[in-house]
Amino acid sequence: MRGSAGEGQRQHPVITGKASTRGAALALIAPALAVVALFFVAPLAMSVVVAFRGKDGGFTLEHFAKSFDFYTTDLLFTLAIVVASTLLIGAVAIAIAGYLTLGGNPRTIAVLRWLYRWPLFIPFVVAGQLMRTFLAKNGMLNHVLIGSGLIEPLSAQSLLDWRGIVVAFVWKQAPFVTLLLAGAMASLEPQHIEAARNLGARRMSVLIDIVLPQVRGTLLVGLVLSFVTMLSVLSVPLMINPNSPTMVTVDVAYRISTHADYPVANALCLLSLALAAIGAVFYLRHAAARVEGG
Amino acid sequence: MATRPLALPSPFALPSPLAMLLRAAVLALLAFAIFGPLLNLLLWAFAERWYFPNKLPIEFGLTYWYRVFQPRGNALASLGTSVWIALLTVAFSLAVAIPAGYALARLKLPWRGAILLTFLLPQAVPNLPVYVNIAQVFYQIGLNGTILGVVLVHASHGLVLAVWIASAAFASVDASLEEASRNLGASPWTCFRTVTLPLATPGLIASAIFVFLESLDEFTGTYFVGVPDVTTLPLLMFNATMGGNYQISSITALLLLIPSIGFMLVVERFLKADVLAMVGR
Repeated sequence: MRGSAGEGQRQHPVITGKASTRGAALALIAPALAVVALFFVAPLAMSVVVAFRGKDGGFTLEHFAKSFDFYTTDLLFTLAIVVASTLLIGAVAIAIAGYLTLGGNPRTIAVLRWLYRWPLFIPFVVAGQLMRTFLAKNGMLNHVLIGSGLIEPLSAQSLLDWRGIVVAFVWKQAPFVTLLLAGAMASLEPQHIEAARNLGARRMSVLIDIVLPQVRGTLLVGLVLSFVTMLSVLSVPLMINPNSPTMVTVDVAYRISTHADYPVANALCLLSLALAAIGAVFYLRHAAARVEGG
Repeated sequence: MATRPLALPSPFALPSPLAMLLRAAVLALLAFAIFGPLLNLLLWAFAERWYFPNKLPIEFGLTYWYRVFQPRGNALASLGTSVWIALLTVAFSLAVAIPAGYALARLKLPWRGAILLTFLLPQAVPNLPVYVNIAQVFYQIGLNGTILGVVLVHASHGLVLAVWIASAAFASVDASLEEASRNLGASPWTCFRTVTLPLATPGLIASAIFVFLESLDEFTGTYFVGVPDVTTLPLLMFNATMGGNYQISSITALLLLIPSIGFMLVVERFLKADVLAMVGR
């Protein structure tokens, strides 16, 4: 991947196929892999064992059957929320990064650049707390909507359901993807964009036909990271929408804290892993396409 | 400089009042979406009494601030614990992520894609059962309820960012500079120490910032592995929220927001566009 030199790519001085180099590389990476193996992969393997082990110690699928019996709705609910959030995050990130790169008004660009990043490092647990008060029936959003005459006081409703989770996710994750995307767009060759603009291409078509294809990889990485991150967030659904239907993470916490039901909790975790695998497949397909395309 | 008579300016570039109004409206909406929730939090932090249907708190005051910051209160202790854990996590993560990032960026590595995916795992899997299983193991070997136990869990989770960003930082270093140093007779170690590492430092600092914040904000792992002796700030905030005490939880949330927003304001000084473009490659 790295060596497939297109224009502007640099050749690396120390790349050889020799076994000694490979040994050194593996030695350098071994401690990091060991940490992940010991403190993540091993407990995950335990989780697999517990999820498939029956009371008699033999193999069983009953925990998965029980999971589907109780939580099919929640699994679909989780997938829908995370997919919707990912799509919205992508749309917001493309719009903001696109304007930052191609926008015509310098003052708007400066304000936008200053504005979009505020939630960047705000933790999920704080984002959950923020939205819990902001989106409530008596929250600031409804007060502003009523005050501006957009809705009647009686039709004010709490958004603390699936919508609240999506809002919290997009609010928190969109700046991260935007930052990655705007960075990638800024490092593009300005001549390409200039040339297209000189030929009279509209801003929108420059964005879609010229800029986006070149930063597709960065966008995909940002979205995949967001997708899998959101799948594993417990605090936001727990604070905003703890009642059924809710996200699988809440169900896992419930199985453990209320029933000490480790087998079903672990089975649910593996089902979430299956959802996360969708994200991994997207990334791998992109990586494979890059190897072929050079 | 040739003029561009054929290139019609897009409607958004026109200085017409309508376009200006449109831009201002979009920016105002965005500003409300971003600052509205933060403003709401600020109101709650200083509200003495606030209930339906009042748009604003009935009474402002600092009573709850005194309660949070009283000498025997646990907010300051939690803050200290959180920062100490985050610093240890950064030191530990960078110690293993720098060599790994270098190998991923510069050396021929078998199964490179698989290795990158392995570091993605801790972010890819719902962490709860992993933490539960870790907690069981740590309990048996006496690591539960210790700072070290929490640091190990945070580090395994933060490694994805540390390794990916470190790798991107090394990849964005101009390899011809390394080549020049090697051609002048520098050993690989000297070349790394005097050329590669200093050039990659801004990216590595960014990676440290990310790991620090990840650790500071981490919630689920601490809950299971830290119990009963390690209470970090997010845990304190969550308990206050679920207990319905919005003032205490808003004040604690404000404490958590300070480093988050501070780092946001300086991050681009460290994380340059050329490094960002290399993330995930």
